[in-house]
Amino acid sequence: MYQWDFSILWSYRGLLFEGTLVTIALTAAVIVLGLMIGLVAGLAQLSRFAALRWLSWGYIELFRCTPLLVQLLWFYYALPLLIGIEMTAITASILTLALYGGSFYAEVIRGGIQSIDTGQREAGLALGLTSGKVMRRIVLPQAVKQMIPPLMNQSIIQFKNTSLVSVLAVPDLLYQGQAAATETYRPLEVYTVIAIIYFVVLVPLTAIVKKSEKSLRASD
Amino acid sequence: MSTDSYKIDINGLKKQFGDLVVLRDINLKVPTGDVVALIGPSGSGKSTLLRCMNLLIIPDGGTVQIGKDAFSFGPGTRLPSGQQQARFRMGTGMVFQHFNLFPHMTVLQNVMEGPVSAKGTPKAEAAVLARKLLAKVGLAEKADVYPQRLSGGQKQRVAIARALAMEPDVMLFDEATSALDPELVSEVLSVMKDLAAEGMTMIIVTHEIAFAREVADTVVFMRDGVVVEEGPARTVIDNPVQEATRSFLKHFHTRN
Repeated sequence: MYQWDFSILWSYRGLLFEGTLVTIALTAAVIVLGLMIGLVAGLAQLSRFAALRWLSWGYIELFRCTPLLVQLLWFYYALPLLIGIEMTAITASILTLALYGGSFYAEVIRGGIQSIDTGQREAGLALGLTSGKVMRRIVLPQAVKQMIPPLMNQSIIQFKNTSLVSVLAVPDLLYQGQAAATETYRPLEVYTVIAIIYFVVLVPLTAIVKKSEKSLRASD
Repeated sequence: MSTDSYKIDINGLKKQFGDLVVLRDINLKVPTGDVVALIGPSGSGKSTLLRCMNLLIIPDGGTVQIGKDAFSFGPGTRLPSGQQQARFRMGTGMVFQHFNLFPHMTVLQNVMEGPVSAKGTPKAEAAVLARKLLAKVGLAEKADVYPQRLSGGQKQRVAIARALAMEPDVMLFDEATSALDPELVSEVLSVMKDLAAEGMTMIIVTHEIAFAREVADTVVFMRDGVVVEEGPARTVIDNPVQEATRSFLKHFHTRN
């Protein structure tokens, strides 16, 4: 029978802690960047101009419908060959994850905007507001309320998605864990601990999502 | 009468959605201070006509003139830009069937929104104006509540105050009382009546025939995208000439 032994991992606590910080920082970066990309792509989906709609549709479907792992490898290894731009592993990771997350955010943002009654837009226009002001002052503030729960959900998924960057040797939690596993020959213990760390970070976040959903409903 | 004395002048207005022709060839002249009631069965095009007057719907042909601003539509004309449309709409206030108050703003903020965001009026000044208008529609004490706390009649009175805050030349009412419980209709009609008495130029799409008869100067009866009959309110409602008008009015008790 297998003898579990977690004690040997104690000496790797510094490494795993560093990895956790990298994972958190990476997640924060791809969420912020992804939201900006998602907002632009989501608004473009609703544009009057067909070219913009097609362009954002192409982007969204390309990133939603291909595996993230392939995207990561492609951005890091294939893009430099094609356009001659070398990227560090971190840059390629942030860019890919932000574009991937942005494609999902875009759909949430488009859906949130479309869920607002057209009468709201009409009322804003009838007052003499321009379309842009109607969007900023009337539609978006209401749509954001609808968007927050799915956006937070998507962000939790993004947190876990960052574990894939270990294939590009970005020193995130999983990568550091792999290093520890190789040295200790204790992969089962290492991966169990890694799962626990992800869990401990994410559970409070999901609780916040639940709470925000509740308070948003209450304010209706 | 020269055309200048008309506040609203609509010529040859056309609109179709796909194959469906909604407005065929509408001509309408409204002198300053007049109240016009647009009546007719649903699908007759009256709400579309109203929405063409403030360009919420862009007509396919004809001209729309309100005050000094005029636009032509159809082949060979340029669509007014977003900025031009917004400026044009500042001169018209619109009240909707379903109120369309902004739920994320208090009553006061709803009324301030137009002056602050469209005109750039300083907030303090807009607040003074908004409180004055809320007092006018009898809702001064509701300034700081959110719209969802109001009754339908109160919501619609706030919506009227919101439209008036832009100090428009013309007020457009799109079935303003159709979504209200019967006991709440009169409080809204009475605000509208006061406005008419103050000399506001008003276009009212309504099913309140008795109200139209009492308050409107002119009644326009529409069916299938054309004006079937038009004339002084009492004449059209009491003694309609056209068979279509007669059969439509038969559904209403016009004298209470």
